[in-house]
Amino acid sequence: MTDTRPATPSIAERTRHVDAGGAVVAAHFLGDVAAFVLGDEALLLAPPDGGEQRAVAHGGAILASAGDDARIVTAGDDGKVTTTRRDGASAVIATDPKRRWIDHIALGPDRAVAWSAGKQAFVRTGKGETREFEAPSSVGGLAFAPKGFRVAVSHYNGATLWFPNAPNATPEFLAWKGSHLAVTFSPDGRFLVTAMQEPTLHGWRVVDGRHMRMAGYTAKVRALSWSAGGKWLASSGSDQLVLWPFTGKDGPMGKEPRLLAPMDRRVVAVACHPTQDVVAVGYENGLVLLVRIEDGAEIVANKPSGVAASALAWNTAGAMLAFGCDDGQAGVLKL
Amino acid sequence: MSEAASDKIPVTVLTGYLGAGKTTLLNRILSEPHGKKYAVIVNEFGEIGIDNDLVVGADEEVFEMNNGCICCTVRGDLIRIIDGLMRRKGKFDAIIVETTGLADPAPVAQTFFVDDAIGAKTKLDAVVTVADAKWLKDRLRDAPEAKNQIAFADVILINKTDLVSDADLREVEARIRGLNPYATVHRTQRCAVPLPEVLGRGAFDLDRILDIEPQFLERDDEHDHHHDHEHGDGHHHHHEHGGLKHYHDEEMQSLSLKSDKPLNPDKFFPWMQELVAKEGPNILRLKGILAFRDDPDRFVLQGVHMMLDGDHQRPWKNGEARESRLVFIGRNLPEETIRQGFEGCLV
Repeated sequence: MTDTRPATPSIAERTRHVDAGGAVVAAHFLGDVAAFVLGDEALLLAPPDGGEQRAVAHGGAILASAGDDARIVTAGDDGKVTTTRRDGASAVIATDPKRRWIDHIALGPDRAVAWSAGKQAFVRTGKGETREFEAPSSVGGLAFAPKGFRVAVSHYNGATLWFPNAPNATPEFLAWKGSHLAVTFSPDGRFLVTAMQEPTLHGWRVVDGRHMRMAGYTAKVRALSWSAGGKWLASSGSDQLVLWPFTGKDGPMGKEPRLLAPMDRRVVAVACHPTQDVVAVGYENGLVLLVRIEDGAEIVANKPSGVAASALAWNTAGAMLAFGCDDGQAGVLKL
Repeated sequence: MSEAASDKIPVTVLTGYLGAGKTTLLNRILSEPHGKKYAVIVNEFGEIGIDNDLVVGADEEVFEMNNGCICCTVRGDLIRIIDGLMRRKGKFDAIIVETTGLADPAPVAQTFFVDDAIGAKTKLDAVVTVADAKWLKDRLRDAPEAKNQIAFADVILINKTDLVSDADLREVEARIRGLNPYATVHRTQRCAVPLPEVLGRGAFDLDRILDIEPQFLERDDEHDHHHDHEHGDGHHHHHEHGGLKHYHDEEMQSLSLKSDKPLNPDKFFPWMQELVAKEGPNILRLKGILAFRDDPDRFVLQGVHMMLDGDHQRPWKNGEARESRLVFIGRNLPEETIRQGFEGCLV
């Protein structure tokens, strides 16, 4: 198999290329400004008409980031949580008292932010109050539930659902043996899914804790993205796009995943279009494909360069796609 | 994404029982004028006497993998920290992991075999164990961790030699050799050892498995000096290897298999898989240089517990004896069964 099928249409020539100046570890959009999170300490903000701006957010490596239309919140090995806005202004919103690495971050409703350092998870509410929860082992990932003020904290041997505003409520523990890393709620809040240290996903139906095992990957799953309306969960970790169906009441239980866009290279990044059933897929050789879920039709968004396309993001309207690679190559594509 | 082995960041693991001198060695590594920058992963902050902005605290979280193998454990904290450190790639040349005195080196080593991202970007260089010349004997009796650390090591520093007599020193070295005849041993005071003896060893590089003969004292530079002071144990001579008494530990042994007959790969690999599936929890380390039937290449093999890593190394040279050697270090190894199994794989 070649890098792309010969007849695959391409819109790669429409890309505005950006030199991010360092490995891109994540991408976000602030309105129409593409924001590339760099591994070292800064973000590169790329407005649609040029004039890129480097915004230094940390005094060290950026370990995690999350964004909405108005702000990007980053966490660093300097023990700080920082907010950056589209004009490049950044502000520290929290500092770990022991200067530990802060390596997970999540954004919630009403401007709430969650972060973690080691076993400790924190939530800063919209009112500016900070809550704290100690997980049984180091936190592997954080996610806010789409409804209600509830945070999923993944860790060794399971995940815990924590209610930061209800200090007397016992956190709900969802057990499953092994080390749980990235965690995500389905958009309807019915399912919780974790990526594990093993090349597998684990899921729980929140209402009754029923288990779902999603296996068959060749590598640890590092990227998860829900399609519009939560019908599919797209994932990296294989040499094709793996999509698990979440439409029925049992989610993917007893169902096969849909496998699209097979390549002889591994998928390292996935980002679902915000409104249509289209997934942007980044491969370890730099290839970026747009894949239609319905029929598997492919469009090339970036040609393979040999370096992993590790970061992908759509803007809220779904009219722009940003991608970034491990060597600092990046681009913005208008559709 | 895999990178060439030479681009991978080497990781040295420092182990040693409480008080043996790990931190002394670490401070020595950091303070010598080598022009290199190290990222250091430690368990106790505040003991490092050197300013280094790349010192990271670890929690020694040992995680079992869900692969049906209880001995397949990894250090979850290391995966997280190395992942984070690699975002600063280019800012440091190597990583040093200092474990606690009670740590088992195996989960640390297995982390580099199990995690694909860690394995793609970093490589385990060597497990270096610091042993206390005065107290090691006692610890080998009462602390299983200390025994593990010696048995697992690639390089062992017998430290604080100034606190023991020469006879005691030879005794402790003999006990170390009884557990692990394959490690390189150095006698040190305040961990004074040339850094190339502990760093950049490539002990887990398949390409560098050249020689798995037991390492005896003759190879030690300091031997002659100590030899001059030796006296009074001549009656042990018939038990000695390289001038050392031969100790046999009841629990932990090494086992060496050798043959000049070629191996049948169709028998050897299934046997090996079965052996590590059954005895994996007891096998700390294994290494092999193997000659297969009708194969012009030397095959090299290494393993930690149930994890095996092997590859063709290079063609056998003209005149080089096509001899297979396989060595194990482990706990209560069924020697006769293993020997018979190995012989059953010979052509």
